[in-house]
Amino acid sequence: MTAVTLSNITKQFGDVTAVKELDITIKEGEFFTFLGPSGCGKTTTLRMIAGFYYPSTGKVKFNDRDMTTVSPEKRNTGMVFQNYALFPHMTVFENVAFGLKVRKVNKGEVKRRVEDVLEKVHLKPFIDRQVSQLSGGQQQRVALARALVIEPDILLLDEPLSNLDARLRDEMRNEILRLQREYGITTIYVTHDQVEALTMSDRIAVFNVGNCQQIGTPTEIYNQPVNDFVAEFIGETNLFEVKRSEGSLNLFCDALNLQVVADSSIQEEFDENKRFKMSVRPEAIAISKTRLEGDNVLVGVVDLVQFTGESVHSFIKVNNGRTTLKVTDLNRGPSTYLKEGFELYVQLPPDQVRIVPVAKE
Amino acid sequence: MLTAEKRKTILLLIPIIFVLVGYVLYPTIETFIESFKQNGIVSIQNYVDFFGPKAQANLEALWNSVYISLLSVLLSACIGIPLAFIFTRYNFPGRSFFSGIAIMPIVLPSLVGVMAFMWLYGEVGLVPLAIQDLFNLEEVPFSIGGVTGILLVHAYTMYPYFYMTVSSALNNVDPSLEESAANLGSGRFGVFWKVTFPLLTPALVAASLLVFMVSMASFSAPFLLAGGYRVLSLQIYFSKINGDLEMAATQSVILSAVSISFLLFMRWFQNRRDYRMGSKGIGAHRSEVNNPILKWIMVTIGIVAMVVLLLPHAVLAILSFVPEGAWTWQKYPSTFNLENYRLLFEDPNIWDPVRNSLIMAFVACLGCFVFGIITSYALVKRKFFGKNLLDILVMLPWALPATVVGMNLILAFNSKSIFSFGQVLVGTFWILPLAYFIRFIPLVVRSTNAVLEQMDDSIEEAAQNLGARWLYTFRRVVLPIIMPGVLSGTLLAFVQAVGEFPTSVLLYTLDNRPISIEIMNQLRMFNLGQAAAYGMIQVGLIAIVMIISYKFFGVKSENTL
Ligand SMILES: Nc1ncnc2c1ncn2[C@@H]1O[C@H](COP(=O)(O)OP(=O)(O)O)[C@@H](O)[C@H]1O
Ligand SMILES: [Mg+2]
Repeated sequence: MTAVTLSNITKQFGDVTAVKELDITIKEGEFFTFLGPSGCGKTTTLRMIAGFYYPSTGKVKFNDRDMTTVSPEKRNTGMVFQNYALFPHMTVFENVAFGLKVRKVNKGEVKRRVEDVLEKVHLKPFIDRQVSQLSGGQQQRVALARALVIEPDILLLDEPLSNLDARLRDEMRNEILRLQREYGITTIYVTHDQVEALTMSDRIAVFNVGNCQQIGTPTEIYNQPVNDFVAEFIGETNLFEVKRSEGSLNLFCDALNLQVVADSSIQEEFDENKRFKMSVRPEAIAISKTRLEGDNVLVGVVDLVQFTGESVHSFIKVNNGRTTLKVTDLNRGPSTYLKEGFELYVQLPPDQVRIVPVAKE
Repeated sequence: MLTAEKRKTILLLIPIIFVLVGYVLYPTIETFIESFKQNGIVSIQNYVDFFGPKAQANLEALWNSVYISLLSVLLSACIGIPLAFIFTRYNFPGRSFFSGIAIMPIVLPSLVGVMAFMWLYGEVGLVPLAIQDLFNLEEVPFSIGGVTGILLVHAYTMYPYFYMTVSSALNNVDPSLEESAANLGSGRFGVFWKVTFPLLTPALVAASLLVFMVSMASFSAPFLLAGGYRVLSLQIYFSKINGDLEMAATQSVILSAVSISFLLFMRWFQNRRDYRMGSKGIGAHRSEVNNPILKWIMVTIGIVAMVVLLLPHAVLAILSFVPEGAWTWQKYPSTFNLENYRLLFEDPNIWDPVRNSLIMAFVACLGCFVFGIITSYALVKRKFFGKNLLDILVMLPWALPATVVGMNLILAFNSKSIFSFGQVLVGTFWILPLAYFIRFIPLVVRSTNAVLEQMDDSIEEAAQNLGARWLYTFRRVVLPIIMPGVLSGTLLAFVQAVGEFPTSVLLYTLDNRPISIEIMNQLRMFNLGQAAAYGMIQVGLIAIVMIISYKFFGVKSENTL
C-alpha cells in the first residue's frame, strides 16, 4: 500500500507553466481523481507521478521515499494510457505478460498470473488473440490487465474511457471500480468528465489552468464548491454575481433584482476588491403555480421546456425577462410539465443558495 | 532523468554524426574545394571556363540537361496523370489488371531499361525492322537516338512517379468534396479545375520534383543513347575519364546546385499552398463505363498500352536466350537456348559480377539497415538541437545526382583520411559498397521514418512504465513494430544497389566490377544475350522483392518510391 505526496510541484515547458505550486496527498488505497477541463495540467501531473516528466520544482514522494527524479521503469506504477498503448505486434497474453517478463518472473508463474488477471477482466477466452482483433472495450481491459498484473504500487489512469462509446463507458466504470476495490490499489484517475469523477472517486482534485482549486469528496465538491469555477464546472448551476455594501452583511443580486438570503453567508471582512457569486443548483429551485411565501421568491415566465427522458429542464425568465433561471425536475409524467408562456413563482431556498468567491484569473 | 535521456540521445547521435559528416558532408566539401582549384592553386578559373567561351560544351550540356528534364516532367505528366484518372475514376473490364501493368516500368533498372529500348527502337531495333519488313519499306521507318531517345526512355521509366502519386492523391480526395461542389452548381470542368486540381497540387508538385531530379541525374540513358548530345551528368564522367578532376568537381557543383535549387523552389511552392485534407479518404467511387463501344475502346487501348509497356521486358527475356554469336549479322536472332544462364552459373568470369554486386549491395544495405534505424529513431523520437540540420544532411545524398556522389567519393577518398581509417579507399573493394551505402541512406531512413511516425510515443512509455529499460524496450517493442517498414525500404535499396550504374562506372575496379559494368562490357562485345541475361537476373530480383514487400509487409508499391 502506497501513499503519494506531491509537495509544491511546479512544471514548466519553456514559457508555459503547465502545473503550478501543487500540493496533494493521496492516501493509501484511495481512488483519487484529477478533474478539470482539457489543458489544465492533469496529464502533466500524472506523468510526473509516473516519472515521464520531472517537476521543475517540488517533490514527489511514494510513502516516505523521494521519487522525484527516479526513472519511470523503477517506480512500479501501472499506467493505463488514453489510447491504451497496447503493443500491436503481440497477443493479449504477450501484452499482459510483458511486465512480468521484464521482472524475470519464471514461466509457470507468468502463465498463472496472466490467466488469473485475464479471468478477472473477463478476457480469458481471448488470451491468444492479436490485440488488433479486439474491440475498443476489450482493448481497454487488456490495458487494465497489463497494468494490474505487475501488482503496481499505484495505478494511474489517464482518461481511460474517453475513447469508448457511452454504454461501454458505464460498464467499464463499474469494472474499473470493482478491480480497484478488489486489488485495493492506490489509484489516480484523470478525467474531464464530472460524472465519472463524482461516481467513482473517494476524493477529487479539481484543476484549472495549472492550479488545484479544491480537494474533497464528491459530495463536498458538489455541495460546497469553494469558488465559482468549481461550482460551474461540476454539475449544472445558476451563477449570478452578488454585491454587498460596506458595513452590512446584506447581499444584493442585480441580475435577479433580489435581496439574497443565504444560510452560508460571507464570513470574511469586507474587501471591495473581492467579488462574490451566488450559486443555486437547478434541481434545488422550487417552483409553484400558486404564490409562494418566504425568502428569495421571484415571479417568472416559462421560456422553454426541454425533455431529456429522466428529467425535464425548464428555463424561466425572471426579473422582467432580463435573466434566465434553469430549473430541473424529475420526469413525473406529462401532466406535470410546465407550459411555455406560463407565469409562475420561483423560490431559491436559502439553505440551497451558496455564496462563493470568484476564482482568481 | 533529463540528464539520462540527454545522455542516451548524445550516445545515439555520435555515430550518426560521424557517418554523416565523414561520408556525406566531408566528401561534398572536398568536391566544393576542388572546384575552386586549378593545378592545385585556389582560383575561380574553373567557373570562368565553365561559363566562358573556352568550353562551350559545358554550358550547352547544362542547358541540355535542364531542357531534357523539363520535357521529361511534361511528358511523364501527360502520360501519368490521365492514366491515374482513368484507373481511379472509371471501372471497366480488366481495370485492376491493367493498373497493375501500368507500374511495370519500375521493375526495370535504368541501365537495363535503356538497353531494352535500344534493342527495340534503336538504329537496328527490332520494331523498326519488323515494320519495314511488314510493309516492305525501303528504309527503316524510324529509329530513336539522341534527344528523342533519352526523352522516350525518361517518359517510359518516369511516368509511374506521376501515375502513382496522383492515383494515391485521388484516392484520398473525399468524393463528397467534389459532390458538394457539383451540388453548389459547379459544372464538371469547374469541379475539376476548382476542387480536384488544387487538391492534387501537392502530389503533382512532388511528382514533378522527383522526375526533374531523376532526369537531371539521369546517366544510363544519355550514356547509351546520347550519341553526340551532351548532358551535364555525362560531362562529369568524361572530365573524370580525361583526368580533369578539377573540372569534374566544378561540373558536379553546378549540377548539384541546379538540382538543389529546384528542390528548394518546389519545397517553397509546396509550403505556400498547403491543402490539408480535412477528412480521411473514403476511397474514390468509380463510375462504371456503360457505353459498350466506349468500354471496348478502353479495353483495346489498355491492351495496346500493355503490349507497349511490356515489350521491353519481353525483348529482354527473349534475347536472354540468344547465345553468343547467334545474332551478329542476321536481322533477327534465330537460335535460342539456355547457354547464357548456364554460363552464369558455370563460368566464373560471368558469375563474378553477379556475386560482386550481391555482396556489395548486401554490405551496403546492412549498413543502411543499422544506420537507418538509429538515425530515423533519433530524428523521429528524440529532441535535440540542430535536428533540422541533421535531417538535411541525411537527405543530401538523395538530392545529389549519383554521378556527383561518385565524384565526391573519388575526391574525398583518393588520399588518406581519418574517415577511411588512414587508407586510400579509391581503387579498393570497399569504395563501391560505401558509395551504395551513401546513395541509399535516404531511402531507408525515409521508409523507417514513415513507420516510426505511425508509432505512438505512448507505446514506448507503456513499456517503460511496465519496468523495461530503454534497450529492452527498443529491442522487444520498437524494433518488431518498425521492422516491416525498415525491411521493405532496405530490400528496395538492395535491388537498386545491385543495378546501380552511375557510381559503379566511376568507382569500380577490375576485381569488384558489378553487374552493370559487366553489362556494358558485354554490350561492347556485342554479346547482347549475356547482357540481357544479366538484366533478367535484376528484373527477377526486383520482382521477388516487390512481392515480398507486398505479401509480408503489406507495403504497396507506391510507398516504395
Ligand atoms: N510536452 C509538452 N511540451 C510543452 N507543453 C506541454 C507539454 N505537455 C503539456 N504541455 C502544456 O501544458 C498544459 C497542460 O497540458 P496537459 O497536462 O496535457 O493538460 P490536460 O491533460 O489537463 O488536458 C497545456 O497547455 C499543454 O499545452
Ligand atoms: Mg490529458
